[in-house]
Amino acid sequence: MSSTTDKNTGQTDLAAASAAREAALIARILAGERELFHDLIRPYERGLYLAAYSVVQNQSDAEDVAQDAVIKAYQALKSFRGDAKFSTWLMAITLNEARSRWRKNSGEQLDFLSDCEDSTGDYTPSVLADWRYIPSQELERKELRQALREAIAKLSPEYREVLILRDVRGMSIAEAAVATGVNEGLVKVRLFRARLSMQKLLAPKLAPKQRGFMGWLTRKAGGQ
Amino acid sequence: MTLNCKHVWAQVSDYIDGSVTPEMKADIERHLANCRRCAAVLDSTRNILVLVGDERTFELPVGFGERLHGRLQQWMESSDRSGQE
Repeated sequence: MSSTTDKNTGQTDLAAASAAREAALIARILAGERELFHDLIRPYERGLYLAAYSVVQNQSDAEDVAQDAVIKAYQALKSFRGDAKFSTWLMAITLNEARSRWRKNSGEQLDFLSDCEDSTGDYTPSVLADWRYIPSQELERKELRQALREAIAKLSPEYREVLILRDVRGMSIAEAAVATGVNEGLVKVRLFRARLSMQKLLAPKLAPKQRGFMGWLTRKAGGQ
Repeated sequence: MTLNCKHVWAQVSDYIDGSVTPEMKADIERHLANCRRCAAVLDSTRNILVLVGDERTFELPVGFGERLHGRLQQWMESSDRSGQE
């Protein structure tokens, strides 16, 4: 058996063990050990916040949404059938809560469930002559973190959602489809657009130019 | 199949996810070997996604977990008192 197969088998075993642990926890909670619900949601705190933030784009609202979502999840736990992972189910509740908050705040009726299926449209990347790899250590610089967050904020909410679920939370396409309530094809279209938009927004700023990426950061830090 | 640059851009996201067919993967890689600009598009997209996915890009607000569990606990206790869930 190849090492890749071993690794995949190991990951599947881990996921199965984790799902079994969660199923046992849920059974105990429903049998009356309510306090265990805190343990059930603890691994997903960061995911809850990010899913909420991906829609509402505001720290305070994202916290409120995450809190309301865990209460709703607790109230609805009896209806959890295990067709999807608990984490996916929890993300779906959080995104619905966030969308309601966003609509209430903005007064807009964005239709999160439909989209143009044309996968390429006008979504073209920024064409560069060259790219010099930016190591993760550069994230110690707040200007880079800020630039990434600003670019994500410029995406449409439905594109932000899938980018956060897939590329920040590491969900599969199938899980992201369940969490967002759209089909996998649409998740892939949105992800394609989100990723290319991020490249288009950021690559020209970060690409090596005359003064390079470090020069851009320095200018940014200096407020120029 | 010979791909042009636009064909490759349309596949960048699926290529990053490893969800293109083996034939498409080979076609894309043949194109990338001869097209520095498309290689830069792929490298920059992949690099930006790695940075976006890093925990430092989106930090949780300080005390987020405590407030989350505090509110949940408060709600559980109040639902106990009112005899409802």
